Amino acid sequence: MTAATGIGARVLRTEDKRFLTGTGRYVDDLPLARATYAYFLRSPHAHAKIKNLDISAAAKMSGVVNIFTGKDLVDAKVGGLICGWVVKDKHGEPHKAPPHPVMAVDTVRYVGDTVAMVVANSYDDAKDAAEAIKVDYDVQPANIDLAKSFDKGSPQVHPEAPGNLIYDWEIGVKADVEAAFAKAAHVTKLDLINNRLIPNAMEPRAAAAEYDKGTGNYTLWSTSQNPHVLRLILSAFVLGIPEHKLRVVAPDVGGGFGSKIFCYADETMVCWAASRVGRPIKWTAERSESFQTDCHGRDHVTHAELALDKDGKFLALKVETIANMGAYLSTFATAVPTYLYATLLAGQYTTPLIYANVKAALTHTAPVDAYRGAGRPEATFVVESIVSKAAAEMKIDPAELRRKNFIPSTAFPYQTPVALQYDSGNYPPIIDEAMKMADYKGFEARRTEAKSRGKLRGIGFSSYIEACGLAPSQVVGSLGAGVGQWESAQIKFNPTGNVQVMTGAHSHGQSHETTFAQIIHDKLGVPMDQIEIVHGDTATTPFGMGSYGSRSLAVGGSAIVKATEKIIAKGKKVAAHLMEASVADVEFENGVFKVTGTDKNVPLAQVVFAAYVPHNYPLAEVEPGMDENAFYDPANFVYPAGTQICELEIDPDTGTTEIVNFTAIDDFGNIINPMIVEGQVHGGIVQGVGQALLEGAVYDKSTGQLISGSFMDYTMPRADNFPSFKLGYKVTPCPHNPLGVKGCGEAGAIASPAAVMNAIHNALAPVGVKHVEMPATPLNVWQSIKGAQRQAAE
Amino acid sequence: MSISVAMTVNGKAVSGKVEARTLLVQFLREHLGMTGTHVGCDTSQCGACVVDVDGKSVKSCTILAVQAEGSKVITIEGLAESPDKLHPMQEAFRENHALQCGFCTPGMVMSAIDMVKRHNYQLDEATVRRELEGNLCRCTGYHNIVKAILAAAPAMKSAGV
Amino acid sequence: MYDFAYHRPKSVADAVKLLKDKPEARAISGGMTLIPTLKQRLARPSDVVDLGAVKELSGIKLEGTNVVIGGMTKHAEVATSADVKAAIPALAHLAGHIGDPQVRNRGTIGGSVANNDPAADYPGAVVALNATVTTNTRKIAADEFFKGLFETALADGELITSISFPKAEKAAYMKFPNPASRYAMVGVFVAKTAAGVRVAVTGAGPCVFRVKAMEDALAKNFSSAAIKDITIPADGLNSDIHGSAEYRAHLVGVMARRAVDAANK
Repeated sequence: MTAATGIGARVLRTEDKRFLTGTGRYVDDLPLARATYAYFLRSPHAHAKIKNLDISAAAKMSGVVNIFTGKDLVDAKVGGLICGWVVKDKHGEPHKAPPHPVMAVDTVRYVGDTVAMVVANSYDDAKDAAEAIKVDYDVQPANIDLAKSFDKGSPQVHPEAPGNLIYDWEIGVKADVEAAFAKAAHVTKLDLINNRLIPNAMEPRAAAAEYDKGTGNYTLWSTSQNPHVLRLILSAFVLGIPEHKLRVVAPDVGGGFGSKIFCYADETMVCWAASRVGRPIKWTAERSESFQTDCHGRDHVTHAELALDKDGKFLALKVETIANMGAYLSTFATAVPTYLYATLLAGQYTTPLIYANVKAALTHTAPVDAYRGAGRPEATFVVESIVSKAAAEMKIDPAELRRKNFIPSTAFPYQTPVALQYDSGNYPPIIDEAMKMADYKGFEARRTEAKSRGKLRGIGFSSYIEACGLAPSQVVGSLGAGVGQWESAQIKFNPTGNVQVMTGAHSHGQSHETTFAQIIHDKLGVPMDQIEIVHGDTATTPFGMGSYGSRSLAVGGSAIVKATEKIIAKGKKVAAHLMEASVADVEFENGVFKVTGTDKNVPLAQVVFAAYVPHNYPLAEVEPGMDENAFYDPANFVYPAGTQICELEIDPDTGTTEIVNFTAIDDFGNIINPMIVEGQVHGGIVQGVGQALLEGAVYDKSTGQLISGSFMDYTMPRADNFPSFKLGYKVTPCPHNPLGVKGCGEAGAIASPAAVMNAIHNALAPVGVKHVEMPATPLNVWQSIKGAQRQAAE
Repeated sequence: MSISVAMTVNGKAVSGKVEARTLLVQFLREHLGMTGTHVGCDTSQCGACVVDVDGKSVKSCTILAVQAEGSKVITIEGLAESPDKLHPMQEAFRENHALQCGFCTPGMVMSAIDMVKRHNYQLDEATVRRELEGNLCRCTGYHNIVKAILAAAPAMKSAGV
Repeated sequence: MYDFAYHRPKSVADAVKLLKDKPEARAISGGMTLIPTLKQRLARPSDVVDLGAVKELSGIKLEGTNVVIGGMTKHAEVATSADVKAAIPALAHLAGHIGDPQVRNRGTIGGSVANNDPAADYPGAVVALNATVTTNTRKIAADEFFKGLFETALADGELITSISFPKAEKAAYMKFPNPASRYAMVGVFVAKTAAGVRVAVTGAGPCVFRVKAMEDALAKNFSSAAIKDITIPADGLNSDIHGSAEYRAHLVGVMARRAVDAANK
């Protein structure tokens, strides 16, 4: 199709106009007549028994419409929130599944646990009344320190999970790995913490619901990344509202990064209460509420060892991780540190033997679940940190050690020892290009120059692999997923020739309205302004799985391609009739059906018109209408890969780090819109660098209060924390999806923490620093330098 | 306490009855139905709510509606001349892909316009990055926002806005 | 936010009368601290007295060798004032680095100084420059003004009308911002005026304080080398997830040296 707007073109976004003029429609923007407003009373304690809960005074306050507590839900037989992925432990037993009541009944288990819902005529009225609710708490000791969760005597979070253990899971054969270690010339050991993060999409979570008494239909507007999945969970497991009586709409959503995948207590309550209140209900989280109640990300404590031969060939890797689940199991929490983590531990390397053991722990903290990258950043951080550490110990150039162990391009498809089969890739040209772009050769000179200014300069590599495009349904089903992972598309032409494309994917920043339209334009020749991409409404889109795990294009885009094929196939039959030719002789190109070898042709729009006004139409063979559905279930994950190089300078007097150069070369397969891909990479890098240098969720170890509970204490990346980035691409098309695409949404965040921390370690090695944990804040770096100085003095 | 408040928003005289505690952003969103201005935090840090009050860039979540009595307020809705003629800053954001989810965008654009004017249409990358201190974005990594603002500065100058 | 009665007096006298008549009233100037506090329901004033319409409180003027800044003068006005830039460039620099551009357009010097947040910037300048705080009833010397954490010499109903800063021969302010909030984690204002050398530290402790040892050393030799071996004790300094007391104590030394170097440029 035309180079200007088809696949591969830098097309400006369709969605921008409304966002730039203040006419986007986010959940909180909805005008709902006669709306009431909800405020949730949250637990101020990490762990307490509720001895008494008295709403009588609050209920009498001005403007209050209704107050609900956990007991009301028990009486109404509302189910608990669910975890949708059953992970079997190393003995084949399913993970422990403690109940997750929508609102607390007799016990609160984290600061922010939901205690009561006040519905009032205004938000302030609801908040005023919530303060008048009297809760008599019997405060209990709390388990906050992840590393000590399994210790004898640690406070127990749920009786259903003795010792706070959700599962003890493993992959790989331990004995084989141990045997390889016994023969190793060198073993590198690493202890690290993958710091806990708070997603902080700029739009706080919000929900609104109304109930139609006449039809018995509920409508829930939610800041959801996957409205169909939310509806399914609410219908089948939590509220029991029949699926066809519940419409879930996720309109414009202001970022998700994973945190808006899950089914939360508050949106569940808003939906449930709508019929009881009899008026629409609106709720929008305050930011401090988001800090406490959005699912957090990461939070691992890990010990890893890498065995190498004398030349630096990797022989085996073993990893032991404790993963924090928080106080309750969120929707996909169990899968993140297992199937999305340990299966990635081969990285880009031929490491023949890998063993990983993951123990999931309960703590009295907010639930932890998928956050941009989900498991894969944690795996990449382990692999890329230990590889760089091994290179430093063995005095091998870090790029050289990586190259020595890369899976060769001739080895694809490549079966790793941790279940995945990589479909395609070519890693050496990526690192070469990255080193060229970052001027790796010139680094030592730059280091020397920086030293003359009193700065410690360092450089760090991260060569990541990710498995995304979730996922082959039968594979994830066999691993315990409760749902299929295909995606849907519907292409509905209108009689006048324009087209609406309904997708089960959901855009909350990913630009589907533009890139999906480019696919339609490319495949069907319909002008861009005649294409509307529809998403986010269960009433108008086919059942689909939503957007997360960099799946929208690889899976959702492939479903669209499949639907275009059906349109073309049907169109050929109609066109053959109109042109009085045989179907076999009809070809389709640039939006026009032609009879091969002749100048006979008929444009698609005319075929569409004929399909809706079938006066001259092959009705005996072809149905009227031009409206096709497709479902696409991928054959494999997709495997984007790349190398990032971070160069930074540390001011040893203050511990401050400045990133001076950041290069990322990625292989995302074919690219639909380079402008949008770059935007995804920029954002991902900043989230990953944020993890490495700035961000960290901190709970008080004794009280369980969230200390980093607002932007005053949780360091969000800001513009002046970064330079501009240098990006580049190498392309090995994905062999098993029709577009040849891989995912690009998470790559930046997956790779960058290791690139930054390797650079930090490289910069600090000359002053004797052995290890710095993330986030490498000025305080942390300064203390590390000081610690090394003290050690040297001893 | 109910108080009458009147001001000019995007060139139009508006008025309403508010509580003393009503914030300007609440007045815009809830009383006037102008939902382009967003609220992304409760500690005056994120900048999604930035509007222009009497020629000064302010966070509308940190000013009472009654404090804006008699003021001239400009919001994101008031920038474009027409749906087809965007303000040069809006145009630069679009051209440079400086927005993804769009939530921080209204405040980001309002701050950016103020920044360009305060610096007399002359900006460099370091200045832009420093001046964005009061605006958080979680999607773009700021890279394209910085590019857009640098591109918009001369465009605003030649457009005389 | 709890609701309150709102007043918008036009004169200092009317404002003071309102504040005295209503014991639970709070004055609001820029509101950059008060409004977030109210939003979090951490304060419940019966009345809010808005000083925004009190014209006599705004403005910057030169009086002899002093720069006199009205209490309601915004940070952005101080930062861009030609008079301030000429007389005490370090003060303009400080004002230009408070919060973000939007905060600087609303926040006022009087509000900041009256609030005496331990992480505020202005107290460092007031003390180091030995400024005089003028209220509706009296003049208060800088050293007498700041009493402790969020505590000042101001009596109930007393308003800052202006602050008079003596011109400095040399001065500079160096701030190490809290990475998250960007407030001063440590801010050191160094000034050499006709009255001598002063080193004032904000952010590090519960209240702005002077470092006598540095002042003495700098009085003899105004160079960063003169204070390179002077350390300050960590005892009593603030400690949080962004900076331990020990780290803050260390940063006081670093920022002081950098401030002296900047002042000498």
